[in-house]
Amino acid sequence: MTSYYESSARERLANVLDPGSFHEFLPPTERVISTHLVQLETPAAFDDGIIVGRGTLDGRPVLAAAQEGGFMGGAVGEVHGAKLVGLLERARDEKPAAVLLLVESGGVRLHEANAGLIGVSEIMRAVLALRSAGVPVLVLDGGQFGCFGGMGIVARLCDAIVMSEEGRLGLSGPEVIETTCGVEEFDSRDRALVWRTVGGKHRYLLGEANALVADNVAAFRKAAISLLDTKPDLSLEALTEEHEKLGARLEKFGACRDALDIWSALGIEAPEGLPLLEADAFVAKVAGRRA
Amino acid sequence: MDAKTLLEKLFPNGSEVAFDGLYFAGTGESSHGKVAIIGSIDAAPIGVELAFRMAGEVLRIVRDAPGRPILLLVDTQGQRLSRRDELLGINGYMAHLAKCLQLARNNGHKIIGLVYSEAVSGGFLASSLLSDRCYALPESQVRVMNLPAMSRITKIPLERLEELSKSSPVFAPGVKNYLKMGAVNSLWEGDLAQRLAEALDVPPEGDSRRQWGEEREGRKLARGVAERVRHAAG
Repeated sequence: MTSYYESSARERLANVLDPGSFHEFLPPTERVISTHLVQLETPAAFDDGIIVGRGTLDGRPVLAAAQEGGFMGGAVGEVHGAKLVGLLERARDEKPAAVLLLVESGGVRLHEANAGLIGVSEIMRAVLALRSAGVPVLVLDGGQFGCFGGMGIVARLCDAIVMSEEGRLGLSGPEVIETTCGVEEFDSRDRALVWRTVGGKHRYLLGEANALVADNVAAFRKAAISLLDTKPDLSLEALTEEHEKLGARLEKFGACRDALDIWSALGIEAPEGLPLLEADAFVAKVAGRRA
Repeated sequence: MDAKTLLEKLFPNGSEVAFDGLYFAGTGESSHGKVAIIGSIDAAPIGVELAFRMAGEVLRIVRDAPGRPILLLVDTQGQRLSRRDELLGINGYMAHLAKCLQLARNNGHKIIGLVYSEAVSGGFLASSLLSDRCYALPESQVRVMNLPAMSRITKIPLERLEELSKSSPVFAPGVKNYLKMGAVNSLWEGDLAQRLAEALDVPPEGDSRRQWGEEREGRKLARGVAERVRHAAG
């Protein structure tokens, strides 16, 4: 069993897609680096921390991107963002079965903050245009840096999200909130608090993650295959339904101070035991209780 | 400029806008007919409730006023920073707003963003940057983060950042940097009602911000890199 959390972006692509099927666009040999990092005398990477290409999944053609947390926490700069935008636009031309986003990102890369923010905005527009054209976008989130900042918004724009318990999803990371608002607002060193606030299990219980899997690449692959036939739906009916759900969430859980309060309100007995459960046992225990 | 003065200048023929806390919404009479207005004041932090409310208004406009242009007038200091917002999935509320605006776009609503005061980071991403074309007043402030905070996090000396920001638009605060990089289409000066009329005349287009950034030499890499990935062999 290969850990998804411990794998590099390249290893994840190799193991999630059909063996040997991945072909990279603009590989490191092309040396498309961030000139902004060079200007700031900061080490650059020949792939700018993202790998984009095509492959097959269960025999079906897909386009895929993977962010490398080992390079600047997977943060989005000008080149990084443009590679992803190019891939999403290619998908609009080619209409593959799906686009897979193996996200791992702290959000905008501060060394090129304006370019990164605009890049994320272009990714958002490109995801929405692609979904409008009928191609589903699937997110896999189980890396060491989680998925935060603008990429956290991008993930929730997509058709489906697969997470492990180790995966995290949010907007402002715990460290950012602690630094700005104080440790009493969010203690980023309280790991249990961090996991139950932004971790995969809570996201699954809220209905944001479609699948919660164990931390291994085979489990992510299996879940991604099961979601290949997802049909994008940005109709008025679908978004009205989403709106009602999000409104109900505010009404039911808006006063909750902690994830445990939300899990209790969902009718789960002994919610404090949930973080200890393995993925399969967790999914079985909460069946029929998700928001 | 405050929102009420702005509305008078944009809509000399009148507007009906209801203010409620940091949020406002309504309609204005333009030279091209009614325009739907959604906005915020006082550098509002965008949290779950505000994003949800804006999304609800977009859905209402799509339902009740097919094709009516939507003008976003969002004044924001950024996303609301709190553990509660994260617990409730604030990124999902912002994504929902983005989806609702895409629905409006797909249904033929023009979406115009005008930064009239402040636009920061996640709040900017979840609002004006989602418009077909984003415009700004010359005195508005746009940024991800101020340079001292950026220096602390990147460990790059502040003096170095200040010096580089004189020649590079890529990281420093400033609406002109965003103009140069193509995220802001143009600055609105003079007769604002006339600027709005011109914006309403722009035909539907794709996301052209990379081209503008390249033409203005503020973002020289993005367009070419995206194009290469889109058309790479294999």
